[in-house]
Amino acid sequence: MINALKRGFKPSNRSLIRELVVSDFKLRYQGSVLGYIWSLLRPLLLFGVLYVVFTHVIRVGGKVPHYPSYLLLGLVLWTFFVEATSSGMNAITGRGDLVRKVSIPKYTLILSTTLSALVNLCLNMVIVFIFMIIGHVPFRITMVLAPVYIGELVVFCLGISFLLSTLFVKFKDISHIWDVVLQTLFYASPLIYSLAIVPKKLIKFASINPLAQILQDVRSVMITPQALTTKEVFHSQLGRIVPMLIVLIITIFGFWIFRRNSKNFAEEI
Amino acid sequence: MADDIALSVKHLSKDFILPHERKNTLKEWAIHFHKPSFEKLHALHDIDFEVKRGEFFGIVGRNGSGKSTLLKIIGGIYQPTKGELTVNGTLTPFIELGIGFNPELTGRENIFLNGAILGLTHKEIKNIYNEVVAFAELEKFMDQKLKNYSSGMQVRLAFSIAIQAHNDILLIDEVLAVGDSAFQRKCFNVFKDIKRSGRTVIFVTHDMGAVQEYCDRALMIQDSEVLMIGKPREIALKYEIANAGFAKEVGTEGRPIDPNIHLERIKVLLNDKPADTFALDEDITVTVEFTVNQPTEVQFNVSFVKSDGTFLAGLNTTDSLKNYKPAAGKQTLTCKFKSGQIPKGAYFVNAAVYTYDKPIVLIDILDINYGVETPRITMLESSLIQSGEFYIQGQWTK
Repeated sequence: MINALKRGFKPSNRSLIRELVVSDFKLRYQGSVLGYIWSLLRPLLLFGVLYVVFTHVIRVGGKVPHYPSYLLLGLVLWTFFVEATSSGMNAITGRGDLVRKVSIPKYTLILSTTLSALVNLCLNMVIVFIFMIIGHVPFRITMVLAPVYIGELVVFCLGISFLLSTLFVKFKDISHIWDVVLQTLFYASPLIYSLAIVPKKLIKFASINPLAQILQDVRSVMITPQALTTKEVFHSQLGRIVPMLIVLIITIFGFWIFRRNSKNFAEEI
Repeated sequence: MADDIALSVKHLSKDFILPHERKNTLKEWAIHFHKPSFEKLHALHDIDFEVKRGEFFGIVGRNGSGKSTLLKIIGGIYQPTKGELTVNGTLTPFIELGIGFNPELTGRENIFLNGAILGLTHKEIKNIYNEVVAFAELEKFMDQKLKNYSSGMQVRLAFSIAIQAHNDILLIDEVLAVGDSAFQRKCFNVFKDIKRSGRTVIFVTHDMGAVQEYCDRALMIQDSEVLMIGKPREIALKYEIANAGFAKEVGTEGRPIDPNIHLERIKVLLNDKPADTFALDEDITVTVEFTVNQPTEVQFNVSFVKSDGTFLAGLNTTDSLKNYKPAAGKQTLTCKFKSGQIPKGAYFVNAAVYTYDKPIVLIDILDINYGVETPRITMLESSLIQSGEFYIQGQWTK
C-alpha cells in the first residue's frame, strides 16, 4: 500500500488524476452557470421536501437547533457519499476504453472519481455556509475539525469504490445491490432524524455505522454541539474508534481485493 | 539484462479462459457455481525474442495469430500466463490513436488529457504543446470542441500527440495510414526521423511494404507461435506465402481429370536456369511440361496471379501456335515474357490447357485454387537507372 501511495504520487500519475478530474469537471459544468445549478438541484430539492415534511408535518427536527443547516449539511455529505461510491463503482467498467487500450495504474481512475465528487462537495459546502449565515449559526473554532471527519468520509468512499469497482467488473448486478444498500443506509443513518430519538435498544447499534459517526461528528463541530455523536452514545472515545476501525478495515480490504484483481481488468471487462 | 537490449521476451505464453457460460451476475454465479465449465484458449505459446536498443522491429501475422495479444502484453495491458517480459526504459503503446479523446472538450483540453493518459506529466505536455499543434496543423482550431473537427483532423491531432510523447520505446499498431496524402508523407518522414534518432520502435502491421521500408528486423507470428525472426525481406516473403496458403483453403474447385492431356510441371527460368527471383529488367521464361495420350487440337495458357489471388495477366497459344496439335508422349512448351511487363511483387505462375473449339472446355490446370502448388516468383526493383513499382522505359534527349 505504501508503494502504491508512492507510485500514486509519481508526477505522471498525479498529472493523469489531475487531467481526469479537470476534464470531468469541465464536462459536468460545460463552462456554464446552469451546469452547476443542475448539480445543486438534487440535494436542494431533496432538502426542500424533507425540510417541509419534517418541520411542518412530522416534527422530528423541531428540537434540533438550526435544523435547516443541520439537515442540509447531512444531505450534502450524503450526496457526496452516493456520488463517490456510485461513480467509483463504475470507474473501471465505465472507462473500458482506457483500461483495454493503455496501461495506466487503475487506481488513478478510482481516485479521480472520488476527487471529482469531492470537488462537487466543496461547491455544495458553499451553499451550506450560506444557509448557516442565514440561519445565524454561530461560527465556532471546532469547525476546523470538520475536514478531519470529511477526510474520513473520503477514505471510506475510496475503500467502498475499490471494493465495488472490482466486484462490478465480474458481477453486473452489483449496481442493483448497491442501490438497495444505499436506500437502506439512507434510513439507517441519522440523516433526517436526530440520533437522539433512536430507541435505547438500537442506539448503540445505529451509532457504530461509520456514516452516522461521520455525520454526527461533522454536525457537532460545525452546526451545534448538541448533535449527539457516537462518542457521546458510548460515553468514551472508544466509541468513535469502532466506526473508524470499520472504515479502515473496509478500505484496506477494498484496496487489497482491487490490487489483486486490477491486473486482469483489461481481459475481464 | 544487457544494456543494449530494449525489450526481452522469454518463453512467454498466454492462455485465455473461456467459460462456456459467462457468469456476469451474482445471481448466475450463485445458481451455476457448481458447474465450472470452461475452455482454455492458447493465444500465445512460448514466445521468445529480444529487441535491441535503437532497433526498428516489426511484428507481422495474420488476424487471429496472437499478434494483438502479444502487443497488449508488451504494452502492459494484459498479464502473461507464463514467461517473462522485461522492458528497459519507458514504453508508450499506441494500440489505438486518441485514447480518451472526448468530443465535448476542446482540442487543447484533449491534448492534455490524452498526453496524461500516455504517461506524460502536465509540465511535459506544456513543453511539447506547440510542437503537437504545429505538427497537426491545427493552430486555428485548438479552442474548438473536438466534435467540430473532421475525422481527419482528429486523427492528425491524435497522431501528433502520440509522436511527440518522447518515450524510449514506441509501440505502434497499424497507425501509419492516417490523414490525407500530404499528412501521410509527413508521418512517413517522422518515422524515418524516429529511426534515425535511434529510438526503439516496435511496429505491428499487415503492410509488408512498410515492414521492408522501415524495419531492421521482423518477427512473424503464426498460430500463437513465433514462425520466424529475420530480415524484413524474408519475413515479407514468408508472410505472403502464408497468405497464399490461406487462399488455398478457400479454393473449392477440383482439378478436372481428362485422360487425353495431363499437365506435369511448370518451370520458371532465368537465362535457362530455374529461378524464383527476377529483377524488373530481366526476361522471364516459363516452360510447361505435359503428357499427351491422344493428339487433339488444344490451346495452352500461362498466367501470373498475385499472392492474394488477384489475376494479373495471362497469355494463350491461339496466336503464336495456331491449330496446335501436340504429338503423343511427353512434351514441353516454352513461353518467353519480355522484361518490364510485370510490376514489383510476388506472383504465382499458373498454367492451363483448354480445348481449341468453342465452347472451350478446361482439360487440365495447375493453379493453387485447384489445390496444386505452382512456382512462385518475386519481382525486385534492382536497376541503377530506374526505380519504382514497374520497369519504366524511356529516352532522355537534350
